[in-house]
Amino acid sequence: MEQQNYKNWHLTTDEKNILWVTFDRADSSVNSLNREVLEEFEHILNDIQQGKLKPAAMIIKSGKTNGFIAGADIQQFTKITDVNEAFDLVRKGQLVFDKLANLPITTVSMIEGFCMGGGTEMSLACKYRVAEDGNKTRIGLPEILLGIHPGWGGTVRLVQLIGPAKAMDIMLTGRALPARTAAKLGVIDAAVPKRQLERAARYYALEKPARKPLHWMSKVSNLPFMRPVLGYMLRRVVETRETPRNPLQQLNILFNRNLEIKTTPEQYPAPFAMINLWVEDGANGEKAYINEAKSVGKLLLTNTSRNLVRVFNLQDRLKSMAKNVDFKPQHVHVIGAGTMGGDIAAWCAVRGLTVTLQDREPKFLTGAIKRANKLFKDRFKLPREAQAAMDRLIPDVDGMGIAKADVIIEAIYENLEAKQALFADLEKRAKPTAILATNTSSIPLDEISTALKDPSRLVGIHFFNPVAKMQLVEVVQSDKTNKAVVDKAMAFVRKIDRLPLPVKSSPGFLVNRILMPYLNEAMIMLDEGISPTAIDRAAVEFGMPMGPIELADTVGLDVCLSVAKNLSGHFGGKIPLRLQQLVEAGKLGRKTDAGFYTYKNGRPIKPAMPKTGVNTSALADRMIGKMLDEAQKCLKEGVVADADLLDVGMIFGTGFAPFRGGPMQYLKTQQAQMPLVVETAPCCDTHEDKVKDTVA
Amino acid sequence: MVEESTKSRRNGVVYVVDGCRTPFLKARTTPGPFTASDLAVATCKTLLLRQPFKPSDLDEVITGCMMPSPDEANISRIIALRLGCGKKVPAWTVQRNCASGLQAIDNAYQDIAMGRHNLVLAGGTEAMSHAPVLLNEDMTAWLGQWFAARSLTDRLKLIPQIKLRYFKPIIALLHGLSDPLVGLSMGQTAENVAYRFGITREEMDAFSVQSHQRLAAAIDGGLIPEVEPIFDNTGKVYQADDGLRRDSTVEKLAKLQPFFDKKFGMVTAANSSQVTDGAAYVILASEEAVKRFNLPVMAKIVDVEWAALEPEQMGLGPAHAIPPILQRQKLSLNDIDCMEINEAFAAQVLGCIKAWEDADYCKEQLGLSKPLGKLSEDKLNIDGGAIAMGHPIGASGARVLLHTIEVLKRKNAKYGIASLCIGGGQGGAMLVERVTGVE
Repeated sequence: MEQQNYKNWHLTTDEKNILWVTFDRADSSVNSLNREVLEEFEHILNDIQQGKLKPAAMIIKSGKTNGFIAGADIQQFTKITDVNEAFDLVRKGQLVFDKLANLPITTVSMIEGFCMGGGTEMSLACKYRVAEDGNKTRIGLPEILLGIHPGWGGTVRLVQLIGPAKAMDIMLTGRALPARTAAKLGVIDAAVPKRQLERAARYYALEKPARKPLHWMSKVSNLPFMRPVLGYMLRRVVETRETPRNPLQQLNILFNRNLEIKTTPEQYPAPFAMINLWVEDGANGEKAYINEAKSVGKLLLTNTSRNLVRVFNLQDRLKSMAKNVDFKPQHVHVIGAGTMGGDIAAWCAVRGLTVTLQDREPKFLTGAIKRANKLFKDRFKLPREAQAAMDRLIPDVDGMGIAKADVIIEAIYENLEAKQALFADLEKRAKPTAILATNTSSIPLDEISTALKDPSRLVGIHFFNPVAKMQLVEVVQSDKTNKAVVDKAMAFVRKIDRLPLPVKSSPGFLVNRILMPYLNEAMIMLDEGISPTAIDRAAVEFGMPMGPIELADTVGLDVCLSVAKNLSGHFGGKIPLRLQQLVEAGKLGRKTDAGFYTYKNGRPIKPAMPKTGVNTSALADRMIGKMLDEAQKCLKEGVVADADLLDVGMIFGTGFAPFRGGPMQYLKTQQAQMPLVVETAPCCDTHEDKVKDTVA
Repeated sequence: MVEESTKSRRNGVVYVVDGCRTPFLKARTTPGPFTASDLAVATCKTLLLRQPFKPSDLDEVITGCMMPSPDEANISRIIALRLGCGKKVPAWTVQRNCASGLQAIDNAYQDIAMGRHNLVLAGGTEAMSHAPVLLNEDMTAWLGQWFAARSLTDRLKLIPQIKLRYFKPIIALLHGLSDPLVGLSMGQTAENVAYRFGITREEMDAFSVQSHQRLAAAIDGGLIPEVEPIFDNTGKVYQADDGLRRDSTVEKLAKLQPFFDKKFGMVTAANSSQVTDGAAYVILASEEAVKRFNLPVMAKIVDVEWAALEPEQMGLGPAHAIPPILQRQKLSLNDIDCMEINEAFAAQVLGCIKAWEDADYCKEQLGLSKPLGKLSEDKLNIDGGAIAMGHPIGASGARVLLHTIEVLKRKNAKYGIASLCIGGGQGGAMLVERVTGVE
């Protein structure tokens, strides 16, 4: 049959008269949705509507091997400055999907690999969805992470399909669902192995099986008088960032007035806007679609969204740092099985590398093995996957892994002589191509590398605690470090799915150096008699994930003190008195259940906020100000290449309020004296499997 | 084809290049922290890590194991894949009861000597504490009907048919340690051997105490270098055989009741080997592999013998397996510098020694014109045996071989024999010679 040629779409008709519509974007290796693509798609839909094409059914699939559809091309939205223009653009896409939903024939979306944002919304506009039950399949609506919410009917159709509770959970977290989970939640009709995928798509296209009706609970919860109640509940969940796992916890979130508010509609407007949409319209009728588009139009112009998109792009920049480096490490050897060494080893095993973990005696390895096993159990659903990770992690008291490793990471205690002796030995025993790296946070590279015959081999690979959560890794180089070694180190960091940030070897590197004056200032304020609760509150209101006092307790006060001493030795500044006293008294923070706060069941007992006389925004300005000063100094000294990298480093290294775009971006905003517009998004510790190329 | 031609030019000598084992962990009341494949993987991870070759360079993996779990069918393949040998390394599992680990090594030896392979990982593993408890036949039949029943009424009709005796479980471990053809437990076959040679309870207990003392001295003296620590999933580390009783004395052992022949027997839990979890493996290599990877050589395998006898006397298996090797190699008992006879039971090891001293037995049963001779005590099981450290059925064969080689190395001696008695009435023995390089 003769069919019209499209640039991005291929049409074929099979013997059962099913029209197979293959999306294969011509100008990109990834399928994302832009104006041209949608116009062509609309043309196909028109042909069917008008009878120019008369298929019995239609199946949409991808022509790319890497995935289905990554979402809308987000960059096209970043240049819009007018609300109406934004609305029009969103509404236009919405109408195409409306047309898809209203076709007189059966439509099936056949998903392989990632299916994000607009791709999911296109699938939701089909009658049926089937997906490959494979490792790479991820289905999600991650718009919230970019400061907006689904805008092409997603907020309406997903609620209609699976009910408000599950739909809101998926959209508010922005999480990407594996195929089997998506099928269980009802987002897709079937998750099947690749060998069955086409047969399954044909089955739905031709047999049109009836779907199970929505659970009565879902119907009840969508009733007009129920929605405000659930809406209130959802808002509480968002603003407290709690994840209720049972009815008791839900009640606690609803009624416990003492829970800390961590997010406000001013900072992150999108989740609140999305909840409001549902409460108002109940995902029902034309109005719901129009209001969705209006809301997204507004959100697209917020500073929050702009900042989050920028962070998203910068994250991509970090990801592509070592893209063309030909280094494929298979085996990592970690020396020192303390918290950092052990957790680095476990994380490398999670990411599929063979890992040997060395310490002086078996007894020093036990804690690391225990934590690794817990990590594997938490991360892998299937016991056999956790077992495979455990099999990859090899306790190695004799250091037999040194001769075999592609990357060797030293994570022993912070002592120059010990490190020098170790590296002198490593240089003799390691493969000539192996990367020799130190995880030191305080000793300059050049002092350690004096022990090496070839000092250019030493690079810093500096992880943050907790390793499994913190995405940033500083790749530290001195003037002596070989450029090829730095590249390989960054390729290794990518291999274990972390974000490599190249920094210069100077005291504290980048992240700790900028963070420390902020922590120090907080502790000095404490010395001045300001309430720790107020100090922490001020930081959280600013948008930090945790207050500085609680953070110091969490890191460990002994660690804080040694970092503070080290940095003040280089840059001046005074050591907070109370910090010294607590360390002397053996109160080291969370790990000893006592520090600035006392801890009960791992939670701090914070004294009540002073009733009067607290200006939290002034407190925040004072602490953040120190941070901004240090950030500028770092830039001037060339610790990091540019302001963008500094921002993304602080966001992924410390959780610096993502909606503010990082310290330098915040400084810029302040200097421009623009009033802050705000945003939503549960921070940027996005799920690592998520596809982030393009979203919306 | 090129492969073939290089292989056929080989001289057939097979070298043991390395080996290690787990600590042997006594089975307590509940299943231990490791399954059979866990034990093998834990120990072989360490073993392979220190090799100059990659796990994928192995030509095959052979494992002896008598009681793999239902999830461990052809456990050797599971072990090979978990070790990261890759999908292209074949693996198979062998059983010869108590000598399964030695059987695995014999098979590897044959494959290399024949020129089929150059580099083989072979040994054995057993998690006896994980031996299953099974449903009996009646219950299995009833359940079959239950699952086949189509309607609720059919099922309701089945319920009254179930009888209390259907719930009697089968303890697989006890069945495994019994001979179904002669109706004797392994302990009862040891009673037979004791009866035949007039071995006393005192001799057995003294031998057992000595086993514990020797193991204790060996552990303290660092004389068991083949044991590598293993970690369970809670991070707990196991570094030494934990069945050892340092406080064992003849007086204490005399108080124990006989376990198998209740009341009038002599074989007790303390003068028998322990029920234990463990794994032991060695790497065998051809001359070509030794040269290619520049492997250190520990020993070469000289000869192997498998013998069979009455199941009722299975403990005398080594007495039957060793003489043919000595005859073929023109060696006398005195030429052997180190002998390991697996201590399934004290009575049975003592029986083997007495058999070789007994002119009648040597003539009638072994076909020897004169007694084989007296085996010196300081050559036999000098670092203790299964009575002190346990007998994980599948692993023991590999353990006795590996330890024989370690002792030869320590004493810089030449010949060693590792042997075991085998439930069902067999004996196995392997003669190794210490060499430090290819000839």
